[in-house]
Amino acid sequence: MQSLVIVAHGSHLNPDSATPTHTHADTIRATGAFDEVRTGFWKEQPSLREVLRTTHGDDIYVVPLFISEGYFTERVIPRELRLEGWEPELWGSDGISADTATLVASDIDKEVHYCGPVGTHEAMTDVLVRRAESVTDDPNVGDGFGFAVVGHGTERNENSAKAIEYHTERLRETGRFDEVKALFMDEEPEVDDVTEHFDSEDIIVVPLFIADGFHTQEDIPEDMGLTADYRDGYEVPTEVAGHRIWYGGAVGTEELTADVVLERAADAGADIGDAIARVRQRTNPATQVAGE
Amino acid sequence: MSVADATLSETQLAAFRETLTAEPIEYDGLAADYDAAEETYSIATPTQQITVADDELSALAAEQAAYISNWYFYTQQLQRDRKRAFCRWLELADDRPVPARYDDLEAGIDREWGELTIRTTLTADGDRRYEVRHVDDSDADGDALTTHTDPFDARDIGTLDADGRYRPLRTAPSLKPGWIFPELTANGVYEVVEAFYPATIVNWHREQRGELDVDHWRDEQDRQSGIYNLITVLPDEAVEWAASACCDDSQCLKRREWQLSEDEPLAATGGDGVFPCRAPCSTVVAAGREWAKLEREDTQTYSFELTPSEKEQIEAIIDAVADGSVDEIREADLSEGANRYRARYLREKRFDDDGNLSGTPTHPDGHDDSD
Repeated sequence: MQSLVIVAHGSHLNPDSATPTHTHADTIRATGAFDEVRTGFWKEQPSLREVLRTTHGDDIYVVPLFISEGYFTERVIPRELRLEGWEPELWGSDGISADTATLVASDIDKEVHYCGPVGTHEAMTDVLVRRAESVTDDPNVGDGFGFAVVGHGTERNENSAKAIEYHTERLRETGRFDEVKALFMDEEPEVDDVTEHFDSEDIIVVPLFIADGFHTQEDIPEDMGLTADYRDGYEVPTEVAGHRIWYGGAVGTEELTADVVLERAADAGADIGDAIARVRQRTNPATQVAGE
Repeated sequence: MSVADATLSETQLAAFRETLTAEPIEYDGLAADYDAAEETYSIATPTQQITVADDELSALAAEQAAYISNWYFYTQQLQRDRKRAFCRWLELADDRPVPARYDDLEAGIDREWGELTIRTTLTADGDRRYEVRHVDDSDADGDALTTHTDPFDARDIGTLDADGRYRPLRTAPSLKPGWIFPELTANGVYEVVEAFYPATIVNWHREQRGELDVDHWRDEQDRQSGIYNLITVLPDEAVEWAASACCDDSQCLKRREWQLSEDEPLAATGGDGVFPCRAPCSTVVAAGREWAKLEREDTQTYSFELTPSEKEQIEAIIDAVADGSVDEIREADLSEGANRYRARYLREKRFDDDGNLSGTPTHPDGHDDSD
């Protein structure tokens, strides 16, 4: 029996924080690729400390729904899950290349496949592209468009910026968008000055965040000048300083993120059949009707 | 369905035969064996022992059929110990022998789990069905409640309270009523309860088996890192106050089993909940961090000028906030200290322009603080 456990931060204050986790769990559950899909949270229930005991499987895959490798994925989660013998070196990562470590979780006395976070998997680049398509409602969007990937910055975790740069570079390599740049909330180049960093009239802005919350719904829209007060809302696109800003909100809310969770589990050895292809089809607006 | 109506399906009989070719059955008052030489089955229940040939199995008396369908449900349909234990608890299986239980299941056996009322009933072939609703809706007409069939809907129902406020603590006694899961399978009821009250069944089950692992406050302190390291400086007496404030039944339906340490029990009551709390939750830890910051302050002696009624009014306001009863105080009920007009009047009378009570500065030594 194969179990998937998605672990995420959650929030004591914001009910939307856990929404992507639940949505992606539902999407994966519907594929039937796993006998069970469980979720666990740092701030909600079941806690990271207790989530493994809610599983029934013999083959357990844990995928962190986090953006970067660092404090949470390397220290808090392994400690709370009680992964015996864990050390970050087991991922052999340079900050963006974590794969899988298989360790016994003493809470359940079973081996657990502990995967790297979704945010540093290459498939996350595809989710950014999908968000660009959904926010512009154009499956071929690219020509004439700039793309800003927005991150928090390095204030608390140097790997946070690495993940942003990694996907920015991968997006650039596709050649699909005229310009692709990484912008940050608390360091240069800042998202506040987004229009100064692009020549393109149209700029897609997508924060590489898991969930919508204070930063993506309040700070970033106000900082970019989309609205003076986030409570008043804003148009997509909004015209700012001669540019049209297509603001997409947290990429982790894009349904295709479920695919990255599956990719992580498959990389770790999970037998998921054609679930990846089915999720890609199911979550694609262009194929959704046919897919259903 | 009652025991008098119990019959067995071909599937159940096939499983019964197949199991007995490998080993005898002993379950819940049923003892059965197969004699290969005689090609007969012996079936014993607490009141009767019979020996029958294969072709007589399909015409067993209702009582034997009930025992066999009960065996089938609990051992063939429910493969997991945890689910089995929970479903047995739901129908009081350890307290009532099968015939009496089957009779009770005809009307339905109700159990409460937190704010859930769970009713177990039988189908014609001895399978179980479960209805889940809010305890406050126990007497409501099912048609008046919103019907749900997908167990994972429970997660969304439990996210906001009746006033639309977020419930970060799923075990807080603030679940909104008005919904019903009318006909769940055993797996379905398990998932509904898991979604409303995550990890409560597994911890209850561990406790039932005497295997509940408790992380006490000091264990929690030792494990923290980052910003939560701060809870290591929270004084022990503050942990006592925190447990009284946060873990009371009025705030959380779990029964607190964690103490200061294994050898240092807390005086605060742990509550009467069905399911245990095995460790300080993230809400208590986050609150503990704030209290650790606040407890670093030294006390100070203030002089306030208040009438006796005003002193009592301040106490009434604190009580109303702490008990969550502010919204219950009627707008024109000025006999209540926490009435809004009374509070506004007190503020007008006793606060100076800087918001200081009785004009007494928070930091009389000239420390500049707008508090």
